[in-house]
Amino acid sequence: MSNLHRLSRRGLLAGAAGVGALGALSACNQLSPGGSPGSKGGGGEAQIWVNSDDVLNPIQQKALDRFNANSKTKMKLVAVPSSQSMNDKVRAAINTPNKPNIFFNWSGGSIREYAEGDLLTDLTGKLNSDTAWRDSFVKSVLDVGKIDDKFYGIPMKGMQPVLLFYNKTMFAENGLKPPETWDDLKSVVKTFKRKDITPFVLGGQDSWTELMYLEFLVDRLGGPEVFQRVAGGDNAGWGDPAFLKSLQMIRELVDMGAFGSNYSSVGYGTGAASALFAKGKGAMHLMGTWEFTSQQGSAPKFVKNDLAYTNFPAVEGGKGDPRDTAGNPTNYFSVVKSDVSDACVDFLHSQMTNKDYVDAMIKVGEVPAIADLGDRLDQHPNPKFAKAVYQIAQTAPSFTLSWDQALASNVGDAVVTNLQKVFNKQIQPADWVTAMKNSN
Amino acid sequence: MAAAVATGRVSRRGRADRASRPGAAWGIPTVAYFGIFALLPMALVVYLSFTSWRGLGTPQLTGFDNWRRMIKDHELFSSLRITVIFTVGSWLSQTILSLLLGVWAAGRQRNRAVLSAIFFLPLVMSSTAIAIVWSVILDPNFGLAGWLGPLVGFKDGNIIGSSNGALAMIIFVGGWQFIPFHTLLYQGAARAVPEVLYQAAIVDGAGRVQQFFSVTLPLIRNTIVTSSVIMLVGTLTSFETVLILTKGGPGTATRILPYEMYARGFQNYEMGYGSAIALVLVIVATALSLITVKLSGYSKMRSTYEGV
Repeated sequence: MSNLHRLSRRGLLAGAAGVGALGALSACNQLSPGGSPGSKGGGGEAQIWVNSDDVLNPIQQKALDRFNANSKTKMKLVAVPSSQSMNDKVRAAINTPNKPNIFFNWSGGSIREYAEGDLLTDLTGKLNSDTAWRDSFVKSVLDVGKIDDKFYGIPMKGMQPVLLFYNKTMFAENGLKPPETWDDLKSVVKTFKRKDITPFVLGGQDSWTELMYLEFLVDRLGGPEVFQRVAGGDNAGWGDPAFLKSLQMIRELVDMGAFGSNYSSVGYGTGAASALFAKGKGAMHLMGTWEFTSQQGSAPKFVKNDLAYTNFPAVEGGKGDPRDTAGNPTNYFSVVKSDVSDACVDFLHSQMTNKDYVDAMIKVGEVPAIADLGDRLDQHPNPKFAKAVYQIAQTAPSFTLSWDQALASNVGDAVVTNLQKVFNKQIQPADWVTAMKNSN
Repeated sequence: MAAAVATGRVSRRGRADRASRPGAAWGIPTVAYFGIFALLPMALVVYLSFTSWRGLGTPQLTGFDNWRRMIKDHELFSSLRITVIFTVGSWLSQTILSLLLGVWAAGRQRNRAVLSAIFFLPLVMSSTAIAIVWSVILDPNFGLAGWLGPLVGFKDGNIIGSSNGALAMIIFVGGWQFIPFHTLLYQGAARAVPEVLYQAAIVDGAGRVQQFFSVTLPLIRNTIVTSSVIMLVGTLTSFETVLILTKGGPGTATRILPYEMYARGFQNYEMGYGSAIALVLVIVATALSLITVKLSGYSKMRSTYEGV
């Protein structure tokens, strides 16, 4: 029993919660036990938790080395495998002596509770004191790092907006142009249906793929404020007519057969949706920029001959700006309050906009959230694609963070689960609104 | 045989025998292990079920809030309904198939031995691997579902994407995985039935079917109970198949209780509520196995071979 006393209470509780399921939370002890230092006077060591990534980790390490050369506080990179465990590990550790000092996150719901619990360093002061630094980020992306008007995240990676990918060969064969408005989109869908071609590829087994349609339609109809209201916790906001109208428009597409008839059996994670698209089994695919990278790996010929991309079409009469975009603005570094948080903020200040860091990111295929990149994107492996992505992201007045990341996890879960039911005609659009009003 | 049992009982009361039995100290490792890794966590789950805890900070005691919320939770009732269909469906299909297969495989013919050996293969595969393989098979465009689906009434191979199809598939895949194990149990039990009883049945004019119902079935009664308890409890706690094959979907069509618990606790970080669901699962599974044992008369420990 003596072992028991050595286990922390939290460790025990976490273990208890893991009974009968995956003991994901108890993983808190697996990270290197170095922990945050009890440092004084700017010395000591700080841990930076990032996702394990063969390509990006060396670039991050170089940034650390540059910083460490002139700093008393030494930064240490801790690579955490896979994205899900990052959330879990940070959650389990952030209140303990083993906490990270800087950690990789998606902003929004993934850090809101920490910000509200006063565990994170407010970066607003630093950004306002050096406006040149602030303005060197793409504004719409930096803004997503805010929680309740305070900045808690600094962009540390490339931007990943959702694009409307389309097969330009199939469009040309049918005398079509990429849709610029919702009416265009519907007539494109009708034309393809007449030719017995599935207009949209959709990996409907993964509910988040369906969320992208809703994110864009709500923004086009009502502007970014509609979602910001519910993301801030106002449940009555789900009653905004933009939500209901968007769901009805989605249902209209479903009824037109825009997604074919077995989309709910098709997965994105399994690669099935992308394979359908590459084989010409569907004419369009609404997906994040990572679709381009993965297609290039698996179907380079398709990328070269057929693949094209544009922003989601405008909706006639909608209040939102048609230049707005949605998806993963980028990933962020947040600073946990600790003895070394000043040094951590200095690290972000000196390295995240550092020319070598940004150029190295571009060279490995990222499109960093840095303002006025211009010709620097020529170093990108696919300059044309990079510039198109950059153009969309930089000119977007608003860049909506994927709702499932932006919302508290239980609300995000209700959004996508019920949306999948709308797509599958298990419930009506109005039922979705009711369900969301009752979520908490 | 009866005599041997009787003497056993007598000698157990004898002094000399008691001295030779191992002392209580021998049980300490097991008891400690069970206490630390089963009882203590369970006690903590009971505690957590009366708290609100999002995995951060200290759990806040909230009394019966989680339990009151549970009574009004439509999602949970829908999950319970799905769990009942899943459990009963799995138990029925697995019992019938593995019973028939087991009795068939008990025969000593060479072809049966070879076929059984092949048939037991899924037994050595992990649930995760099985679920991944089936998710590939069930892809409507690149798997077999495209031409299998229409044969069983699913247009365009949309099996895993329809509510009923998805539920049927997790029952099917679970069966595919576990029927071999239960077949093995039944094979062993059927082989233990003394040949002399069949000879007597034949003399009395019983055919193959009647031999099965009048000789085999009554004599493997205890195995049926054992197998059923394993199936029921196993089904109630099965999880990986759903996680990988359907993620509880489409919509919430395959959100069985263990998945619901996982989603609430580990995806939504509602640890208190997740613990309450876990506790319900513990209670239901325990009750179910107790009822099964009670109803079947298994607890009386009467031998099925009395008089043989």
